[in-house]
Amino acid sequence: MNFHVIGVNHNSAPLEVRERLAVSESQLPDAIRSLVQLPGVDEGMVLSTCNRVEVLTSTKQGADLRRFLGEYFRLSADALNGHIYEFQQREAVRHIFRVAASLDSMVVGEPQILGQVKEAYAVARGLGAVHSSLEALLSRAFAVAKRVRSETAIGGFSVSIASVAVQLAEKIFGSLDNKTVYLVGAGEMAELAARHLVAHGAKDVIISNRTHARAVELAESFGGRTVPFDQLYETADHADIILTSTGAAEPIFRREHGERLLKGRRNRPVFFIDIAVPRNVHPDVNRLDGIFVYDVDDLKAVASDNSAERRKEAERAEKIIELEVDRFALRMKSLAVVPTILSLQEYCETIRQAEIDRIRGRLGSITPEQEAAIEAMTRGIINKLLHTPITTLKSSTDHPEAATIHEMIRRIFNLNSKPKE
Amino acid sequence: MLPLFWLRVALSLYGVGLLYALASFVGGRKVLTRITLPAVGLGMVFQFVSLVENAMSNETWTPTSMHGMESLLAFVLMVFFFVIYARYRATSPGLAVFPLVFWLTFSASSYAEPTEPSAPLFVSAQWIYIHVALILIGYSALFFSFIASILYLIQERNLKSKAGMSGIWSRLPALATIDEIGFKTLIWGFPFMTLGLISGSIVAEARFGSKYFADPKILLSVAMWVVYMVLLYTRWSAGWRGRRAAYLATFAFGAAVLAWAANNFSQTHRFIAP
Repeated sequence: MNFHVIGVNHNSAPLEVRERLAVSESQLPDAIRSLVQLPGVDEGMVLSTCNRVEVLTSTKQGADLRRFLGEYFRLSADALNGHIYEFQQREAVRHIFRVAASLDSMVVGEPQILGQVKEAYAVARGLGAVHSSLEALLSRAFAVAKRVRSETAIGGFSVSIASVAVQLAEKIFGSLDNKTVYLVGAGEMAELAARHLVAHGAKDVIISNRTHARAVELAESFGGRTVPFDQLYETADHADIILTSTGAAEPIFRREHGERLLKGRRNRPVFFIDIAVPRNVHPDVNRLDGIFVYDVDDLKAVASDNSAERRKEAERAEKIIELEVDRFALRMKSLAVVPTILSLQEYCETIRQAEIDRIRGRLGSITPEQEAAIEAMTRGIINKLLHTPITTLKSSTDHPEAATIHEMIRRIFNLNSKPKE
Repeated sequence: MLPLFWLRVALSLYGVGLLYALASFVGGRKVLTRITLPAVGLGMVFQFVSLVENAMSNETWTPTSMHGMESLLAFVLMVFFFVIYARYRATSPGLAVFPLVFWLTFSASSYAEPTEPSAPLFVSAQWIYIHVALILIGYSALFFSFIASILYLIQERNLKSKAGMSGIWSRLPALATIDEIGFKTLIWGFPFMTLGLISGSIVAEARFGSKYFADPKILLSVAMWVVYMVLLYTRWSAGWRGRRAAYLATFAFGAAVLAWAANNFSQTHRFIAP
């Protein structure tokens, strides 16, 4: 088997490219189904967050994932060139571990990514697109992420997108006391950011969401109020901070909306935090005097002001990842010998059964105790004979000639020929 | 001359402020940060001493020369700076105030005072005293409002360019704080400026009759006052900030500087009467 990952993230591709590759929640099952139908792909999953779109597969002989991306998203090879990264095998394992452990995140150590990976995994698993190898890889990745979180202080630096947003809001408004936050879209990320803003003094929270029930639910937990989505523009000028996170394909706020907003607010500043990909706020809005628009990439740039201590913790985390990659590779190799061990045992068991059947007639009537003794003796012989080949197979997984030893044993016992039936 | 000596002491202390402002633009102001405020504060005290001694030797509180006026304006600017600092903990206005104060004090101290102890005053000295005090406070307020609008522009650009939390402008106060400083100084300055102009008119009316109005200094002052009012009005009614407010403030400030400079060619407004 072969792990293969291809994708774009906040480092490799600008927002414009990521926007075109973003897979919405409703689109996700379709994307996964198309992926596993690709020739050569055994298992597959798709991870799409604000900062990354990744396709992870397990294949036998490899598959043309680049072509898949191009065809599925109707993008030319040129549009993707230079923006895509691709990892195989060990590198792919390392990459997935790093992503899950939030080492590849825009804001290193931010906690949301693990939940997002888990969600993507759950969707793919629900569709039967993840079952054996990827299952093993992902469950290991979750364990590694947990280990990194508990053994390093990387998550302790709460410099998440949310706290960067708070810092910026304070640069604009001085203090957040009595400020009003407007949530447009009510995803988890938006909720988190809103909680940060409220914890720093923001007073009112207004929530507008396409699915009104979700807005109501969130409003209850904040003590905020809801506004039907179709009244968004009429009510937006109440807000000092507008946090957008909807899955809309086109910007919700364009220049004319910004102008209207400023008029309604008598030119008091507005801070847009746009964490949606594709963006909910058109870049032109930032050109208006008194409106400040920060999208995910901008927040990243602000957040990347890393402290030395954070780098040190990141290095420790990378070491853990390296160890875990080694361990996982070893485990995958020992998994590879499992079928051989099983067929070896099966092969000997068939012989044993056949021999017992053959001599049974000659033995005449025997007592159950005698029969049990014969069973025990033949089993004992087989186990003793197989002991060395099996332990050799198991212990040689990290031997440079592991593959040769493996193949040799298969040939000696004639395990490669198809069972006769 | 003792007043001049104290003024020169003040000047050297203001020099620290000037260095601080200059160092800010090259990035290294760490060491200066701690000593600047005490230094300029002390400078302000010596300037006050100089002003008092000068007034006592001239037997009037009203500055009797351009240089006396410069020194008084520098002092009022420093008072403004410290009031704003006490309220907002903002040192950024110092970047503009310190060089100006230094320059004003330098100019005031670099010429030997033409000793004219009893410049002939034609109108009641009290009126002139009130006029000068009001106008200087108005000028200072306008200057601070002007600085604030420039800082607002810089901070706005800074936030819009997404430069982040580093760089030389990262220590500017929050946008809302700068805005408040600008607006409050504008509001506080306006009555002073208005009353200052009115008191000036009363003095001039009594001295020259109605023809005083055709003087360039008077016209410039009135123009400045009108821009000042427009500035207040647009801010108050439409909430103008940022670029538009900065243009207006620049314009008003430019008019104020010209009005100040107009002493040199004004017929009616001289510190030492013709």
